[in-house]
Amino acid sequence: MNPSELATPNMGVFMIIGGVAALAAVGVVAFNNAVRSALCLVVSFFMLAFLYFSLGAEMLGILQIVVYTGAIMVLFLFVIMLLNLGAIKVMFEKRDPKLLIGGALGLGMAVLLGGQVIAPLASMSAPKAPEGIGSPENVGYSLFSTYLYPFEIASILLLLGIVGSILLAKRKI
Amino acid sequence: MAQWFLDLHPAWQALVRVLIFVVPILMLVPGLIWWERRLLSWMQDRIGPNRVATITWSKTSKLVPPFLRGKKTKLFGLLQPIADGVKLFFKEDVTPSAVDRAIYFLAPGIALFPAFALGGTLPFAPWPSITPIADVNIGILYVLAISSLGVYGVVLAGYSGNNKYSLMGGLRASAQLISYELAMSMSLACIVLATGSLKMTEMVRTQEQSFWGIAPALQNWNVFTPYGFVAMVVFMICMVAETNRAPFDLPEAENELIAGYHTEYSSMKFAVFFMGEYAAMFVFSGVLATVFFGGWNVLPINFEYLATSASVPPFFAGIAGFFAKANYWLAPLWFMGKIAFFISLFIWLRATLPRLRYDQLMSLGWKSLLPLATVNFILVAAWILVDRLVSESKGELLGSIAGIGLWVVAGALVYSLWRIIKKASEEPQLETRTISMVDPATLGEVASS
Repeated sequence: MNPSELATPNMGVFMIIGGVAALAAVGVVAFNNAVRSALCLVVSFFMLAFLYFSLGAEMLGILQIVVYTGAIMVLFLFVIMLLNLGAIKVMFEKRDPKLLIGGALGLGMAVLLGGQVIAPLASMSAPKAPEGIGSPENVGYSLFSTYLYPFEIASILLLLGIVGSILLAKRKI
Repeated sequence: MAQWFLDLHPAWQALVRVLIFVVPILMLVPGLIWWERRLLSWMQDRIGPNRVATITWSKTSKLVPPFLRGKKTKLFGLLQPIADGVKLFFKEDVTPSAVDRAIYFLAPGIALFPAFALGGTLPFAPWPSITPIADVNIGILYVLAISSLGVYGVVLAGYSGNNKYSLMGGLRASAQLISYELAMSMSLACIVLATGSLKMTEMVRTQEQSFWGIAPALQNWNVFTPYGFVAMVVFMICMVAETNRAPFDLPEAENELIAGYHTEYSSMKFAVFFMGEYAAMFVFSGVLATVFFGGWNVLPINFEYLATSASVPPFFAGIAGFFAKANYWLAPLWFMGKIAFFISLFIWLRATLPRLRYDQLMSLGWKSLLPLATVNFILVAAWILVDRLVSESKGELLGSIAGIGLWVVAGALVYSLWRIIKKASEEPQLETRTISMVDPATLGEVASS
């Protein structure tokens, strides 16, 4: 594949969105302030949603925003703000073997994943979801036909979680 | 619309659509502030801003026409927003030294973003090439998703100020927004069920059908159906809570938290928060108008049907035809009129109701609105099921059984409503503590023995 084939508007959009998402993902581990890490995670999730939009999977993207950016990360931030009000303490030890081992393990993981992922993706140029694959109709239909039992079991599990938390939190019921 | 517009590159088309939507909002925000101050002062028997934009004509100048010399022209303080804007621009922009700088500067922008992005799927006219910005088949989900991002600006502003009152405001805001989002999405889900689509344009089209399926001359706006009315009330209350407006303005309660999350903000950064609040009011009113009040239609009357129907006299058919044309070509005007009405309603609420206490806020959200919206949701589902069964079995046994089931569900709804009203109206159960007076003489005895 020559470079001129790669320089399409779609590629530009993908590179901007993907680049920001990747940078934000690095920021999650690079910042030593918990609120900033959480914010980076928010940005990363948000950009992932835009990546889904650009692939033509609007439903998936919007669910990404509703569930991760709008609900889970708000709770994360809420808890971090409640707990982490004091001065930021920087933990840094010199000659820490954990850094070395962690780096090596991370590199190994990257090689392992890269070896699996790069080969099938090398021939892709402009991936696009087939028409209607993640549409609300299809998602709803498969949830209530093929995956009815897992869906209902998951909902009961969530209900149990709610009841359990009330049981734990309330002294008198 | 014109073909040349559709021949443009999609990116240019999108840009034009965005500008057509966003620029009017940006321009209307100052006017909105003027309207709020005037209406509020009128409701509270005050005068309000009426001095700016009063022109006093010269008594001697030859340039002034004779009948104007020495007179005053009053314009109801219409230029007050410009004076406010100039003041906000030129005020000293104080950045406290203890703030978390990056987040402190980012927070106003993050607060502004969802307010404007909210309208991405909002159609303000039946012109598919101009509006909505993106007619995707997840329209209403998009609104919910973006409105759930609104909490970030407030929370981050509260955190970055490094101030206890700001932080309290931010925490209150996040708890409030999360609680009311649930009831809001539940109330919108009812309408999604009734419409059978998540598209906003589809929702308006459904509301243009005949009234309750029996009166084709009238439109079936969602607010005229029983479930739609309940959903509308729930949505409206949640909308006020989501925009942090009175009586739900606990995050910025002056008498408890100074100014809440924007305590540490001054000058333009403070103004940006206000702009976000007003833009959110504007767009949420638009969502309310689209989902429940027939979108861009001026009245719940099917002018098209009246103009073409054979049973209408030709003279009235002509008038109906004229109105049908006006309804189509002036659609943004009608939509804007509805928005203006709902914004006035916001201001009316602010003038009427005192601020809620925090526990009242939470119990209203979780114990009243959410159950009400959920029961309403079940009712709509049962309604649809019965409708389907009846139409399939042609009113035989299955249909009547389902009808009885519907009555049971309706009974449950009435019962839960009655419970809520009873609970709201009964006296609060205060904790009682008994204090027994101890005789100091016997106390001394106990102590000595």
